[in-house]
Amino acid sequence: MTTTDYNKNMGFYVDMQRCIGCHSCEMACAECETNGQESMIHIHYVDRKHTIQTTVQVCMHCDDPVCANVCPADAITKDTFGVVQSANTARCIGCSNCVMACPFGVPNKKEEAELMMKCNMCYDRTSAGLKPMCATVCPSGALFYGTLEEIEEKRPHSTPVNKFIFGDQEVKTKVNIMMPKGSKELKVH
Amino acid sequence: MAKLPVNDELIIEKFGPHKQYTPKDGFKGVSEPDKLVKTHCCYCGMQCGIQLKVKDNKVVGFEPWKEFPFNEGRLCPKGVQRYLQNNHPDRLLSPMKRVEGVGFEPIEWEEAMNKTVSEIQRIQSTYGNDSFAMLSGVSLTNEKSYMIGKFARVALKTKNLDYNGRLCMVSAGGGNKKAFGLDRASNNWTDLKHAEVIIVTGANVSETFPTLTYPIWEARDNGAKLIVIDPRIIPLARTADLHLALRPGTDSALYGAMLKVLFDNDWIDREFIEEHTSGFEDTLASVQDHTLEWAENITGVPAEKIYKAAEMWGKAKTSFLLHARGIEHHTKGVDNVVGCINLVLATGRIGKPYCGYATITGQGNGQGGREHGHKCDQLPGNRDIENPEHRKYISSVWGIDEKDLPGKGFSAWEIIEAIHRGEIRGLLSICFNPLVSLPNNNYVRAALEKLEFYVTIDFFLSETGRHADIVLPGSLHEEEDGTVTTAEGRVVRINQAITSPGKARKDSDIIKELARRLGAGDKFSFENNEAIFNELRVASKGGTADYYGITYEKIEKNMGVFWPCPSLDHPGTPRLWEDRKFKTPDGKAHFNPAPYKLSTEMTDEEYPIILTTGRVVSQYLSGCQTRRIGKLVDQYPEPLMEIHPKLARQYNITDGNLIKVSTRRGELTLPANVVETIREDTIFIPYHWGGKHSANMLTIGALDPVSKIPEFKVCACKIEDTGIKAQDSQLSDAFQSFDN
Repeated sequence: MTTTDYNKNMGFYVDMQRCIGCHSCEMACAECETNGQESMIHIHYVDRKHTIQTTVQVCMHCDDPVCANVCPADAITKDTFGVVQSANTARCIGCSNCVMACPFGVPNKKEEAELMMKCNMCYDRTSAGLKPMCATVCPSGALFYGTLEEIEEKRPHSTPVNKFIFGDQEVKTKVNIMMPKGSKELKVH
Repeated sequence: MAKLPVNDELIIEKFGPHKQYTPKDGFKGVSEPDKLVKTHCCYCGMQCGIQLKVKDNKVVGFEPWKEFPFNEGRLCPKGVQRYLQNNHPDRLLSPMKRVEGVGFEPIEWEEAMNKTVSEIQRIQSTYGNDSFAMLSGVSLTNEKSYMIGKFARVALKTKNLDYNGRLCMVSAGGGNKKAFGLDRASNNWTDLKHAEVIIVTGANVSETFPTLTYPIWEARDNGAKLIVIDPRIIPLARTADLHLALRPGTDSALYGAMLKVLFDNDWIDREFIEEHTSGFEDTLASVQDHTLEWAENITGVPAEKIYKAAEMWGKAKTSFLLHARGIEHHTKGVDNVVGCINLVLATGRIGKPYCGYATITGQGNGQGGREHGHKCDQLPGNRDIENPEHRKYISSVWGIDEKDLPGKGFSAWEIIEAIHRGEIRGLLSICFNPLVSLPNNNYVRAALEKLEFYVTIDFFLSETGRHADIVLPGSLHEEEDGTVTTAEGRVVRINQAITSPGKARKDSDIIKELARRLGAGDKFSFENNEAIFNELRVASKGGTADYYGITYEKIEKNMGVFWPCPSLDHPGTPRLWEDRKFKTPDGKAHFNPAPYKLSTEMTDEEYPIILTTGRVVSQYLSGCQTRRIGKLVDQYPEPLMEIHPKLARQYNITDGNLIKVSTRRGELTLPANVVETIREDTIFIPYHWGGKHSANMLTIGALDPVSKIPEFKVCACKIEDTGIKAQDSQLSDAFQSFDN
């Protein structure tokens, strides 16, 4: 019998300061056999004219995932480990509600497949006790998967933040963004 | 030998580069491979550990190797995709000969070998042994490097052997030897993450050695200050404490001014200088006129920033200095390197915990490849080919008479010049693509067209290989056992994962067979590659690069062994100079004056802009390997020209338009990427492409007098907007500054 080895103490941490825009995470993500060679994580330049800064766009795995809430086909679910799973291919109708609703701009609709696709935190690996491929290969440490204690020890000048303020709305997520020490929330204007 | 047998388009159609992506359904068996083979990435000098998934004698994927101590599973995009080189449709599977008007036709090994050996013998009997030259690459393992050095001198009997490390870090080697008498990074990267201050100068670490950013960020977590010296705001510079955007070609002026500040403020280690160094007074005297104001005028870096950098460096208790091609690819590359080393020696921060200095080798075996004798002036163990004692020892190991051992030959660029002069008539190359990687491509192409016979050993048909008379299909990284030496100086194991497909053979077997046919088979009767390594160990014994105590078993057990390792019970040497016994004749570390000199080609009215070249993260060197991997190509499909908005406005250049860039050697048309992350007087073009996209069409074949490295990093150019918008196919991620 196959059993899962999912460790709930493990968290996902993104440190944008360290991102070097190399796309290694994208390439590694696409290697997952379940992704059909599509990457579920995306790297973007913020404003290449003015800066070399890049950002990592990964599913934040919200506590109360609005993508799932607005899904008319009930294709998106959050499991008992807090992972918001990718759309169930048998149910997804490709309506793009989730794409429009997500405050982080994460889900992508693959037009050719009429299907929403997004990161499921490498469930095939994390449920077997491994780390997500993107966080494993990230050459600069911009992505980290481990315990809160580990990240606090590794990054003494930063604080993980998983509370986001969008106007009047507060969104809590399973994924953390590394912010300057003492930060409690991240306001998105 | 002549021009291409057919035009480029027809050759490309048949031999690529074609883009390979993983099939939609993945390679068969990727989830259940037959085996996982622990080895290393085939690209840069970090040599990250990786596990290859093998199914049915094919590499079908990878799994991170988390236990390997340097990268702990981390990989850059090239590392992630490197497995796709295997089973690639462009792979050369049979020997071939050129057929005029047709291209290349497969032939049997016997015919290929007969033709190769008869042409070697014809040319050498007509024009002398040295008229046949050899060029090799440092993507090759230590075993192959060693064997090629021996092959050229013992079987081919030519003095004209050089390698593509000549385009990499030979200036660093020259500087290291002057200062320390030994050519290796002083420390392993573990010291880096504990240093109080780090200088990264002329090294786009984040794009060329991405996994090395990790220990630098770790150092930042530990409170380290970071100083980046580079004409561009490279990704690593974005969060640096100081970024000094100096004018290309002015590095030594900056270091000289910093040295003067260190002395003037007494931020130097007088005890270390007195007891363990020589040459300080002369060096200090050489920078007395290097005032901050003078340096600001030369480098374009504000005086206060130079002072601040010197203060950060001077006041620290521990430090690490890293450099790469940015300071080495100059006609004064060696001066730049010793200028850096002067800063390290002045503060006495070497040979101590958390203190170090390193050049970062670009090619996979850039370190080992410069130790085993396939340089034109070198014998194994980093020995000098003109030193009678060194010659005598190696002759005894090789079983030849010393008088039969050729002397110093031409360097890579000098070989091209000698072909033009008619002194060299035949060429054998292995894993070297000079038509893309040497400067002044048009001049290199003209040289290839003058050769009477050219044979190449490679696994893909490179731009240079297209000019060959005979093509011998060699082996991929994963098809042979061996070792490489990382930029840290750590000797690691390359494990064979599969056997070569089709009629392709191991490089080492090809060399052995050529040697046999040239009458030197008894000197190349190695049973396997471990036997080659064991002879290398003996040949290196007593040399500065002493591998004698390193064995395959020891490497496997320890996941790498640092040289020097002079005896079997020696643990290896991760940190050099703890004993303060430098390898110079007087046993001291040497300060060397590094006076500022002009670059060969300065800007003028006709060519008013500085051109500098470099790399991007998704491509590797001449691109022969990476331009065949779909996602890496898509990430950055063609070169583009980075230009500052102010300079762009001056020339009415529109973002995304095709720009004609001209130098005295050629012209190139490519899209403009208007970005504020580059100096206003400089444009940047990456060099990984050939033909009409080759940045090295523009660069200059001027050499450093000591290292013979070409001046890739500075030449004068002019630019002109064609008014034509670049096609969408050229617009990838890298073009995201565009308005459209």
